[in-house]
Amino acid sequence: MTNLTKLTIAGALNGLSKGEFTAEELTEAHIKATEAKRALNAFITETPDMARDQAKESDARRQAGKAGALDGIPLGIKDLFCTKGVLTSAASHILDGFTPQYESTVTANLKAAGAVSLGKLNLDEFAMGSSNLTSYYGGAVNPWTKTSDPSAKLVPGGSSGGSAAAVAARMVMGATGTDTGGSIRQPAAFCGITGIKPTYGRCSRWGVVAFASSLDQPGPMARTVEDCALLLGAMAGHDPKDSTSAPVAVPNFAAALTGDIRGLKVGIPQEYRPDGLNAEVSQAWEQGIQWLKDAGATPVEISLPHTKYALPVYYIVAPAEASSNLARYDGVRFGLRVPGTSLDDMYKKTRAAGFGKEVRRRIMIGTYVLSAGYYDAYYAKAQKVRRLIAEDFTKAFQTVDVILTPTAPSAAFGMTETTDDPVTMWLNDVFTIPTSLAGLPGLSLPVGLNSDGLPLGLQLIGRPFDEETLFKVAGVMETAASFTAVPEGV
Amino acid sequence: MAYVIQGETGDWELVIGLEVHAQVISKAKLFSGAATEFGAEPNSQVSFVDAGFPGMLPVINALCVEQAVRTGLGLKAQINLTSVFARKNYFYADLPQGYQISQYELPIVGEGTLLIDLPDGTTKAVGIERLHLEQDAGKSMHDQHPTKSFIDLNRSGVALMEIVSKPDMRSPEEAGAYLTKLRTILRYLETCDGNMQEGSMRCDANVSVRPVGEQGLRTRCEIKNVNSIRFVQQAIEYEARRHIDVYESGGDIRQETRLFDSGKGETRSMRSKEHAHDYRYFPDPDLLPLVIGQNFVDGIKATLPELPDDKKARFMADFGLNAYDAGVLVAERASADFFEEVAKGRDSKMAANWIMGDFFATMNSGDYSWEKPPVTAANLGGMIDLIKDGTISTRLAKDVFIFMVESGKSPAAIVEEKGLKQVTDTGAIEKAIDEVFAANPDKVAEVKGGKDKLMGWFVGQVMKATQGKANPAMLNELIAKKFKE
Amino acid sequence: MSLDKGTVRAIAELARIDVPEDELDHLAGELSGILTFVEHLSEVNTDGIAPMNSVADLGLPMRADIVTDGNQAEAVLANAPDAMDGFFTVPKVVE
Repeated sequence: MTNLTKLTIAGALNGLSKGEFTAEELTEAHIKATEAKRALNAFITETPDMARDQAKESDARRQAGKAGALDGIPLGIKDLFCTKGVLTSAASHILDGFTPQYESTVTANLKAAGAVSLGKLNLDEFAMGSSNLTSYYGGAVNPWTKTSDPSAKLVPGGSSGGSAAAVAARMVMGATGTDTGGSIRQPAAFCGITGIKPTYGRCSRWGVVAFASSLDQPGPMARTVEDCALLLGAMAGHDPKDSTSAPVAVPNFAAALTGDIRGLKVGIPQEYRPDGLNAEVSQAWEQGIQWLKDAGATPVEISLPHTKYALPVYYIVAPAEASSNLARYDGVRFGLRVPGTSLDDMYKKTRAAGFGKEVRRRIMIGTYVLSAGYYDAYYAKAQKVRRLIAEDFTKAFQTVDVILTPTAPSAAFGMTETTDDPVTMWLNDVFTIPTSLAGLPGLSLPVGLNSDGLPLGLQLIGRPFDEETLFKVAGVMETAASFTAVPEGV
Repeated sequence: MAYVIQGETGDWELVIGLEVHAQVISKAKLFSGAATEFGAEPNSQVSFVDAGFPGMLPVINALCVEQAVRTGLGLKAQINLTSVFARKNYFYADLPQGYQISQYELPIVGEGTLLIDLPDGTTKAVGIERLHLEQDAGKSMHDQHPTKSFIDLNRSGVALMEIVSKPDMRSPEEAGAYLTKLRTILRYLETCDGNMQEGSMRCDANVSVRPVGEQGLRTRCEIKNVNSIRFVQQAIEYEARRHIDVYESGGDIRQETRLFDSGKGETRSMRSKEHAHDYRYFPDPDLLPLVIGQNFVDGIKATLPELPDDKKARFMADFGLNAYDAGVLVAERASADFFEEVAKGRDSKMAANWIMGDFFATMNSGDYSWEKPPVTAANLGGMIDLIKDGTISTRLAKDVFIFMVESGKSPAAIVEEKGLKQVTDTGAIEKAIDEVFAANPDKVAEVKGGKDKLMGWFVGQVMKATQGKANPAMLNELIAKKFKE
Repeated sequence: MSLDKGTVRAIAELARIDVPEDELDHLAGELSGILTFVEHLSEVNTDGIAPMNSVADLGLPMRADIVTDGNQAEAVLANAPDAMDGFFTVPKVVE
């Protein structure tokens, strides 16, 4: 019973169905873990009582033979998903007290599958960041520590940093994340867990606080590839309320984990091996290639020539969309209002007080690149280059089935090591952003620890709506890597 | 004669372009499932999409797309099979998303033409620049509280068609004719009810002036949201004179948005629009390009009603009406239908006269509508039949008409009941003539002495004696005959 | 690309964010740095390339004209910082 938090989702579902333990017991164990690890600041809002009720109902459903695909599994929800009756903050001061009267499609799908929610997880404000440090509620802390300096607090990555930290610290069995430029994959890599950004359109964006609409995509984060497959199966699906949601069937993702990747061609993009790439990251990548070879796949050197432009494209497109998406936070219908002498004065004071520094900076950049006289030079230009980036992938996928790259250029860094220079900070996402711009699925899985005891992740990139191949290949790598390390205290 | 305004320095010409916001007839809003009905409790017809809540996304209403295409076809305009929704970004209290979803570079409807009917019976073609679909904003009320404005989002997200004309109009009358004709077409198409009082059709007028003979356009001002055709004309006239005064006193016109104060009959600068606008349009990433098939367009084309210009031409050709009468009758689809029903197989000129005369007068004087007309087409037609076959005179018909309005009964029943059948019995009329002659020997003598004017007096007296029932033609003939005796 | 204080002030105005006068210089520097970074794009030849506004390879889905939403004024106003008499309120606007 004490080991309930160590189970995988698949394992827990097995135990529940065999009656080895109840959903209430499973949930209680995770509530205890959540309470014990509050220092990680992974949650913005804990909802233990709601979770207990849900667990009770889950047990009743199971008794009645009506258990759903994830019945009784305790999860955490990134606080970017609107949840009916529960504070939804986007980690921003501007959403102070905002309690949605509606439930996002993805969380409603999870509820329908029987999942239990333990609460709302920390993130970078409005999902803008790679460290979780932009959260109004303070950064979540990575449960991993450096062997060389165990007292130094590390970032969990971002923006889904609370999700990654909570999963890694065994507070929840899985979590929802969202990924705009790497916000699922990079924190998954930093925290030694698995996460997948599905193809754009696979999961509904309805009810998810928008950052950059043409890039945002919800996805699961968990400790195994199979768990991610199970979660994605429940989260995904066509949603008529989201015009960009793809009308495609949801396959049985877990069934794709056959272990057989013989004959598969794996693209290795030369552009992801820049001069000065961290040697340990490079080694992990080589190791990954070797595992795939051993399993009968063929590595193929490929070129994605426009890769180096992905970051500039992203930092035009995402802020532009954000500047418009965040215009609705104006102090009128919900959230923070700072009184003003006039309507404009109220807007300006509310938005100055409500948005943090990084969010304000991105709104300003986005406003500028869309403004009269600059649209063509910045926004239109960026969207054209974006097409070239997407076409690079299309061409590559004519010869390969999947692409393997590092997830992030480094392991997790210290909470105090961050720089004030936004551009340097953004480099964290250099390997994940191209995939986002092209709308492709990308999965990060842990492959080992660096010399300082921190996890490293590798990224698999697939064809549109071919998450199954990603799961299959990731399953093989997971077996080969046998990543069993856990953070201190877990 | 071209319309000009005489200034101190010479004659000035007006250049007018109109932007009409026409509310699409639909049950639900453009991007949400909330209702569009007018006059509901505040914020009761609001979805979280309309209120710009976090995470809410737009999904387009198919009927609104259809209505835009239908209107485009009615304006003989280019239909763009691919169009794009863009965000127009600005902050305002009644704009919950902080942007309006509109169409910018690629509207659903391109260039077209509207034929306007001028009071002198001539027509003029006014170019249509474009028609695009967009969301309406909510409503701000500034007079409910000393320090606050109140916001009602019921209108927020209602589908509008913005119909932009080319700057082809040269007088307030032409602007009025344009709005009248556009409203007629929208009503024929049933794409907008054209009700300016309720705001379902609103007009912004772009006005500039130039000395007669000058080419090129001078700076224009935009007068926002004028809510009647008459006010649009007044606003244009006021604004044109203001421009002329400014130019003639050596000043320059600044491009700006102005508001029309109908009480004072003046336009004034809008304080809330003082900021230079930079709308930062970009394609809405929540919506993909709107792609419609030629089949879709052709299907709508096949169901278009006969439009007013075609109907007018047909009324002139088939019913022999003049341009004016035909124009009046086709102004509304219901009046044209009513006319056709009355005129079918009858004297169409007589039908037109009755409808445009007693019928319209009654219609306008009481609580009537086309659903509830003062007299049905069948009864009015029946009455014309009774005139034609001599049962009643035109004069009696006026009484019959009034009885029909009051009772709703058929003209035959009224004639029967009230004994209004005209007297065509020669003997009875002659008897009445004899009595009048006998009673007025002096007047008879005067007529015989050459005072022909008194003939009419005799007709009147005899008519009075028969309670107006004598057949007027017979009566005239018999009196003339009597005097010749 | 280097932004001056005036431009930053104008952007802040457009975005309706109060920026204290003494922060304008710093912000101008930051934003200029970002713009310099993104300006690498100018070296890419994009002649004849259509902007990729969405990766979704779909037409726009449409819904039927049916009333399915609304009649929830209370829920719509539930989070409002200052609702009165069924309305949202803002500081008085003079048109």
